[in-house]
Amino acid sequence: MALLLLADHDNATLSDQTAKALTAAKEIGGDIDILIAGKGAQAAADAAAKLDGVRKVLLAESDQLEHQLAEPLAALIESLAGDYDYLLAPSTTTGKNVMPRVAALLDVMQISDVMSVEGDDTFKRPVYAGNAIQTVQSSDSKKVMTIRGASFQATGDGGSASVETIDAVAGPGVSAFVSQKIAESDRPELTSAKVILSGGRALGSKEKFDEIILPLADKLNAAVGASRAAVDAGYAPNDWQVGQTGKVVAPELYIAAGISGAIQHLAGMKDSRVIVAINKDEDAPIFQVADYGLVGDLFQILPELQQKL
Amino acid sequence: MKILVPVKRVIDYNVKVRVKSDGSGVETANVKMSMNPFDEIAVEEAIRLKEAGTAEEVVAISIGPDKAQETLRTALAMGADRAILVKTDEIVEPLSVAKILKAVVDEESPKLVVLGKQAIDDDANQTGQMLAALLGWGQGTFANEVKIEGEKAEITREVDGGLQTVSLDLPAIVTTDLRLNEPRYASLPNIMKAKKKPLDTKTPDDYGVDVAARLKVLKTEEPPERSAGEILENVDQLVDKLKNKEGVL
Repeated sequence: MALLLLADHDNATLSDQTAKALTAAKEIGGDIDILIAGKGAQAAADAAAKLDGVRKVLLAESDQLEHQLAEPLAALIESLAGDYDYLLAPSTTTGKNVMPRVAALLDVMQISDVMSVEGDDTFKRPVYAGNAIQTVQSSDSKKVMTIRGASFQATGDGGSASVETIDAVAGPGVSAFVSQKIAESDRPELTSAKVILSGGRALGSKEKFDEIILPLADKLNAAVGASRAAVDAGYAPNDWQVGQTGKVVAPELYIAAGISGAIQHLAGMKDSRVIVAINKDEDAPIFQVADYGLVGDLFQILPELQQKL
Repeated sequence: MKILVPVKRVIDYNVKVRVKSDGSGVETANVKMSMNPFDEIAVEEAIRLKEAGTAEEVVAISIGPDKAQETLRTALAMGADRAILVKTDEIVEPLSVAKILKAVVDEESPKLVVLGKQAIDDDANQTGQMLAALLGWGQGTFANEVKIEGEKAEITREVDGGLQTVSLDLPAIVTTDLRLNEPRYASLPNIMKAKKKPLDTKTPDDYGVDVAARLKVLKTEEPPERSAGEILENVDQLVDKLKNKEGVL
């Protein structure tokens, strides 16, 4: 069996979502190739080649692929699909954007957000915002799937696969990159952080969010998350949203401050190892999943915590 | 231009979903059903484009049981002009939905199809992308802003690192993210008016699409329970637990 894993990267660096999806690929078993599609992406390809258990890295570079738009990227993956039984990608916004397009081009029903591998053709995945888990069996001859990173440990280094340059194929040419606003931050990435501090609507304003959450996050070396309510209210940018429709995370420590714990937020963080909830409402649902709770005013508790760390 | 908006009838987002004890699925009997929230955003966006004079007609479509008519009437009450129900009692997977939608697009020739990025029941997040593939169109998924200028659509997308803007040739596919707009509530007069708007009923067979499932659901189960922990008295106790018991600091 042969598997092709689409890497998640920004040309310069490989995100650890790739290493997590690789673990799922290894559980399926077979020869695993990693595809790096981008431009000026040699560094990402070299990083992928070092991952344990990789047969080879395919590097495709072109102007069209630089920003990994779905249309040219899907055309590339479709052109490679003949050699593979499984086509996988991490459940990042890039993977979610491109893989269903690939699946439809191949007339395959995609398996989204795989959280465990039960067999060659059988997988578990969350539905209803994680309130139910389905075991599904695919009857398609090729399997196209996205992998939920929070459900798999990252595969470590230890390999020395070759990097093979392949031609990019011409896409349908119906899309073009215009611009991007990617936040520059020294803080860890949400989906790979060991500690996450998330703020909710109780912060009350963007100013308070920045004033109370950010310094404590820096003290904890934590990534910053937010509830949907906080993002909708403009306290935090969209890429900080934790939840079923935002990012699904599973850090060692998740601190939820002023977050009541809506179902869709819990779906995005309840696989964290240790959960701390700080909320003034003792009946808030967040306490039902928290290992440790503090009932009180976060404007007092968080600064005190920062001081005592 | 014409805009096609597919909408799905799902369990209302406020309902706590219960898994059936025999593992065959989730309880849907006597459960409140509503339009998928992401689809409401799609309907709203299409109506706003019509109100801005960019679009002339908004056509809502649903693939589902007879009762999906209610969902279509909601779309009509919000401001869609007419509706198509493709009636089936089967659970139709995104790939089959995309195939039916492609056939409808071939008939209706919309310039834009606006869909929710995912349905909150199967959480698949596939249909828009699949439809784009089948049509060979560009796709602006997870849209945060939609601008139509001439024969191009400029879509700002919510991506993992922030925002990305792409330019797509029309016709194109847009899938909506949460912050694209805030959907309106239908007013009572509009709900009454919606009852008189045209609603065509079709079947998957009319479009020659086989809706047989490719994924067999073997089992549906509750996620592992996480039990509530302890409520602590003060910050000192918390620091002590995190440092000494859990070793996470």
